[in-house]
Amino acid sequence: MTRSRDPRGEKIVLPGTTIELPLDLDLTRRDVLKIAGYGSLAAFLAACGGGTATTTTSVTAKGGSMSLGSYLSDAVPKKGLQDVVDAFTKANGGTKVKVNTVDHGTYQNQINSYLQGTPEDVFTWFSGHRMRFFADKGLAAPIDDVWNEVKGNFTEGFANSVKGNDGHVYAIPTSYYPWAIFYRKDVFQQHSYNIPTNWDDFKKLAEQMKKDGLTPIAFADKDGWPAMGTFDILNLRMNGYDFHTELCVGKQKWTDSRVANVFKKWSEITPYYSPAFAGLTWQEAAKQLLQKKAGMYLLGLFVSEQFVASGNPDDLAQLDFFPFPDLGTNYDSEKALDAPIDVFMMAKKSPTLSADSGQAKAFLEFMSKGSTQITFWKASPGAIPTAKDADQSQYPALTKKAAQIVSGAKRITQFFDRDSRPDFSGPNSMQGFLLSYLANPKQDTSSLQGKMQSFWDSLPPE
Amino acid sequence: MATSITPAREDSPEAGELVATTKGRYNVLTRYDRRVLMLMVGIPLLLDIVFIWWPTLSSILLSFTNYNGVGEVGWNNFIGLKNYQFMFSGYTLFWPAFLHNVIWLAWLAFIATPLGILFAVLLDRDIRGVGFYQSVFFLPVVLSLVIVGFIWELQFSPTEGFINNVLQRTSSTNIIDWLGNPRINLYAILIAATWRHVGYIMVIYLAGLKSVDPTLREAAKVDGANEIQIFFRVVFPVMAPINIVVVVITSIEALRAFDIAFIINQGKNGLELLSILITNNSISEASLVGFGSAIAVILLLISLVPIVIFLSRVMRTR
Repeated sequence: MTRSRDPRGEKIVLPGTTIELPLDLDLTRRDVLKIAGYGSLAAFLAACGGGTATTTTSVTAKGGSMSLGSYLSDAVPKKGLQDVVDAFTKANGGTKVKVNTVDHGTYQNQINSYLQGTPEDVFTWFSGHRMRFFADKGLAAPIDDVWNEVKGNFTEGFANSVKGNDGHVYAIPTSYYPWAIFYRKDVFQQHSYNIPTNWDDFKKLAEQMKKDGLTPIAFADKDGWPAMGTFDILNLRMNGYDFHTELCVGKQKWTDSRVANVFKKWSEITPYYSPAFAGLTWQEAAKQLLQKKAGMYLLGLFVSEQFVASGNPDDLAQLDFFPFPDLGTNYDSEKALDAPIDVFMMAKKSPTLSADSGQAKAFLEFMSKGSTQITFWKASPGAIPTAKDADQSQYPALTKKAAQIVSGAKRITQFFDRDSRPDFSGPNSMQGFLLSYLANPKQDTSSLQGKMQSFWDSLPPE
Repeated sequence: MATSITPAREDSPEAGELVATTKGRYNVLTRYDRRVLMLMVGIPLLLDIVFIWWPTLSSILLSFTNYNGVGEVGWNNFIGLKNYQFMFSGYTLFWPAFLHNVIWLAWLAFIATPLGILFAVLLDRDIRGVGFYQSVFFLPVVLSLVIVGFIWELQFSPTEGFINNVLQRTSSTNIIDWLGNPRINLYAILIAATWRHVGYIMVIYLAGLKSVDPTLREAAKVDGANEIQIFFRVVFPVMAPINIVVVVITSIEALRAFDIAFIINQGKNGLELLSILITNNSISEASLVGFGSAIAVILLLISLVPIVIFLSRVMRTR
């Protein structure tokens, strides 16, 4: 992934420092084209403002002010972040934090122009390929100095997840959640089901549930992305972590027979899925599990949100999960799974970053503390703190188990749309391809795989 | 400002330099008038260029690039006709989306619009509670298409939706997947679009019907024409200007169809439309600005057809 263009024209580098001065403050033809490309005033203003010179003098600073762009727009996590920000202001000599919260979907869709316009100093984002993309484009600022002071608080898995392609660290991981197969303990007890540990048992259990009048596997794909979770785990367990991650970034071909095998395997469980799943949202499928209409559900830990929302604390107490069953391949032992990590990063083009970098770094350092993450987790328990020194004694059984399953995994992926290119994982690409597979799982997938590959090949260099 | 009192004729070379004729009438433009006129024409023209022509030309230009929204467009971004080549040969969603737009247009033209006209004709007479009926049919028009999408999403939901529950089609053997089945979901959302479109057409047509000279109808009646004959032979031809407006509205609605499909499932799995492909490719996180622009150019070319027809007719009648 080499950068094809210099993102900001010529620059003078002051001798003996890393300070860069932008030369092109006037509007160029390219700038004008760029404005046309966005049609947005924000980009225009950014172009007029020129690049920001970043200095790396002292690592952190107290007092002053900083800004924070957040996609935590749902009420529950939004409050969690506010709690954290308040605690930070108190602990850091009264640093004023201006939080700009944007609707999650909008934020994600506009991330490109946001980071090139006038972003806040610190912003919320995802780890993995999606983080490295913006690091490569020079839109995220490296934070090796902060990381050096806090890295002792993270496992190697987390450390790897925040490294850019250039070896620098670009983010602080703050929370994560695993994907696994969720079920209700009381339903399993009532029918005396056993937890399946291999694929055959898993299918037998599904068959039994069908006889017992349950929807064996809750599934919903109106949103398009949930099906990727099943693809990920099957590909990881059948073809291994290396193949999966290479496939996600185009180093392997979608026409590979190993991909065909994944679809074939998948078709063995699609008959047990919720009826009309292509028209259901994940919340509706979660309700099927909640209301004991469905037996199992492969989803992220956030499925618990629906159990919290039911208002009956017993529902949440009954929620449990088991790891994806072994498939009898060489890759079972990797125990690989999707465990997306949410991170905080620094935006290179923030107009205020040169003044606020000390405060921004202090905030990132603050976010890496276990106590901070617990503050957030208490308000928003759908994801698990990443810091080693987070006080785990307060975790309920489900959270503890979720933390265990991830620490037991030898390989961790970030979920398809974070591990692959965004233009390949959108509604009119991978999501659509998977839906057309699911419309007829028994089909010969070679033509579908051909479409996937030719779509990949058509994409411009990243 | 007036410097001369020579009588002015419009074709005189000095026209425009003068203020008043001998009779004191103003029949040519002064410099001041010209300035005012220039401002009155210039400001809208400038807005037109900045907000319509400039983005249009930029889109056309960008459609020849592989620009991905990051950094600036450079010469090495230009890739010739590759976007168009891929769109027509490799991109499996272009022709389905095109077909969906055509189905949308056909549905509106042959079902929704005639229905709206029918309601307008039925409600254009003195029946009791006519105001109530008109309000009922017009109500959906007040709602934005996004809201319409939300409302119908709830109606069509497979297990929790109103429709399947009324039809008792929620068990696993007979469930109807209105929004998830790519064979029927387009028609499901067309029903939603119709729900709104009918009221829109009805109001426009009703306004037109009010202006039809009642003596025409009476004369037709005296001649022994029945209601259907009166409408098709007398009223409909008289309504020609309104009919053109209705045709144009219908085709524009079909071309700009976007909101409902996007609300339902972001326009995938059978709900692909050209407008949605543009959005999902260029404005979303994907940022395939070049490719999205190429689709936009095609949509522009298609849109030009009804626009040119409409404008040429309007100009001819004037």
